[in-house]
Amino acid sequence: MNGLQVRGLKKHFILGGGFLGGKTSRVRAVENMSFDVPEGASVGLVGESGCGKSTVSRAVLRLVEPDEGTVTFNGTDVRAASPAQMRKLRQKMQFIFQDPYSSLNTRRTIRQTLEEPLKVHRMGSPAERRERVEAILPEVGLPQEALDRYPHEFSGGQRQRIGIARALVLEPELVVADEPVSALDVSVQAQILRLLDDLRQRRTLSFLFVSHDLGVIRHFCDVTCVMYLGHLIEYGPTEEILDDPAHPYTMLLRESSPVPDPTSRIANAKMTGEIPSPANPPTGCPFHTRCPRATPECKEVMPKMKEIAPGRQVACHLY
Amino acid sequence: MTPVLDIKGLTTEFRVKNGWHAAVRGIDLSVNANETLAVVGESGSGKSVTALSTLRLLPQTGARISRGEVGFGGRDLTKLSEREMSRIRGNDIAMIFQEPMTSLNPTMTVGDQIAEGLLIHRGMSRTEAAKEARRLLDEVRVPDPARRVNDYPHQFSGGMRQRAMIAIALACRPKLLLADEPTTALDVTVQAQVLSLLDDLKRDRGMAIVFITHNLGVVAQIADRVAVMYAGEIVETATCDTLFADPVHPYTEALLKAMPRVDRKAESLEPIPGSVPSISARPAGCVYAPRCNYVQPSCAAHPSLVPVGGNHEARCPVRADKGEAA
Repeated sequence: MNGLQVRGLKKHFILGGGFLGGKTSRVRAVENMSFDVPEGASVGLVGESGCGKSTVSRAVLRLVEPDEGTVTFNGTDVRAASPAQMRKLRQKMQFIFQDPYSSLNTRRTIRQTLEEPLKVHRMGSPAERRERVEAILPEVGLPQEALDRYPHEFSGGQRQRIGIARALVLEPELVVADEPVSALDVSVQAQILRLLDDLRQRRTLSFLFVSHDLGVIRHFCDVTCVMYLGHLIEYGPTEEILDDPAHPYTMLLRESSPVPDPTSRIANAKMTGEIPSPANPPTGCPFHTRCPRATPECKEVMPKMKEIAPGRQVACHLY
Repeated sequence: MTPVLDIKGLTTEFRVKNGWHAAVRGIDLSVNANETLAVVGESGSGKSVTALSTLRLLPQTGARISRGEVGFGGRDLTKLSEREMSRIRGNDIAMIFQEPMTSLNPTMTVGDQIAEGLLIHRGMSRTEAAKEARRLLDEVRVPDPARRVNDYPHQFSGGMRQRAMIAIALACRPKLLLADEPTTALDVTVQAQVLSLLDDLKRDRGMAIVFITHNLGVVAQIADRVAVMYAGEIVETATCDTLFADPVHPYTEALLKAMPRVDRKAESLEPIPGSVPSISARPAGCVYAPRCNYVQPSCAAHPSLVPVGGNHEARCPVRADKGEAA
């Protein structure tokens, strides 16, 4: 089966300890996360800071090693892959980072940056590599002169285009993008989103797209996973989730997202409380401490994912 | 009603390689008591420099206010001595910043930081100030203020740190609050809480707020009036309802179309081509002309801000000629 399948993914981080022997604590970043990214689809991961969305995106590529669960890409078990197999897999799975300032090497020209992945994967002769690097630039909307310049000569939007070119030069099938437009201004953000749209259609790429901005998710993703404190709490087609959210947390997230229309101001922001720390998560449903509809059951038992409509799943005792 | 803050023709320049270049050019802004003015723009539009110029917090070398006046309480702040200015900062005018962790002192308890302004500006005793700090933390809705007042900033979450910053700013009952992207670093659910808190505080205290942001969604939430800035100039100003219902300047219109919205399906976003010009390379005529879809020969001359309706001004000759037919 092609595409990406993630089943029961779990990742905990241990904080503290070390040779000074301090107190350790366990941050439950991701708990039992399962989802698919079918070929050619764009799947969004959305949630607030500390919900584990970035950890999921990194665990899929084994940039952090998952503790439990399986990740399958085009039928290959990613977690069981040997280093040699992993290198092959990574050629097909590439990453775009959030911050275009810190993710480019300031001492390398754009040509060196774009050639590096081809060299690592021992692809083509020097002449072929040069050809491929030169061919990728117009695709991301950069002029050929850009090749022999350094990152500091480019604006944020242009640097993000370079980051995208670096991911695409290996002709991947899956691109994992962690907040690729969050650091950009609105007008530039729209340029990059449109570029990603075009590339997705032209190259039939699949995307795992991490964002905290529901507007960006709505624009770019067919399917959305909503996360809260390491748990997947709602899953389904993006428009259905945003127009008719089922989980109380998704409702809160949707209502709190500002809309550029003064006639639909957020009516009830009286909702108090903040996200608990993932180092000390609540028992039962992780959202029960802030949920207006919590019942005693919610404090005890973590709800399972249930199908409430075709293709829509939610983890909540109300359903 | 006389405005609380009345900026006229403010120009702030920075030195770049031996030349002085204007980051903010001929800005007119005024804000009344019990009013929130949102200043919206992208990076490099000069919105933060406007706020820093108001409080004269710019670096002593390499930056200067070259023209204009900042009217506050019948005085021109640009003419005051540094000593007079420091009596106003944190007292009559307070400011909150984007990143609460870097603006708070990590070695002082939150309570002491709130009390500091009261000791300096209001001459309160330590016990009075500590009591007032507790009351302020309660007012900004920090839970369990009696205990939290003795906590250090690292013990607070991001949202609570921003509330603590607001408490510090409000301690001396300022007439004017300058808020520079105060919710940008916060999660959306916490952002909604902080926005409604600021709105309530404005109403309770009759305060004037200048709210600087790049997010049009946030503007629609909190503003009474809006000034849109681009490349150091105000390109459009209107009441909040008018601006969103009937944007006149092509830049305002383009910004609204470039923003992905959560509440409706947009088939395609319309990006604005190019990027904001750097401060040493601003075009001579209309600053937005190089990125504008409606350029006419008349755009080569620098346009001025002209009325296009009641309480509504725009800096665009092409659109202004057609009146409100935008």
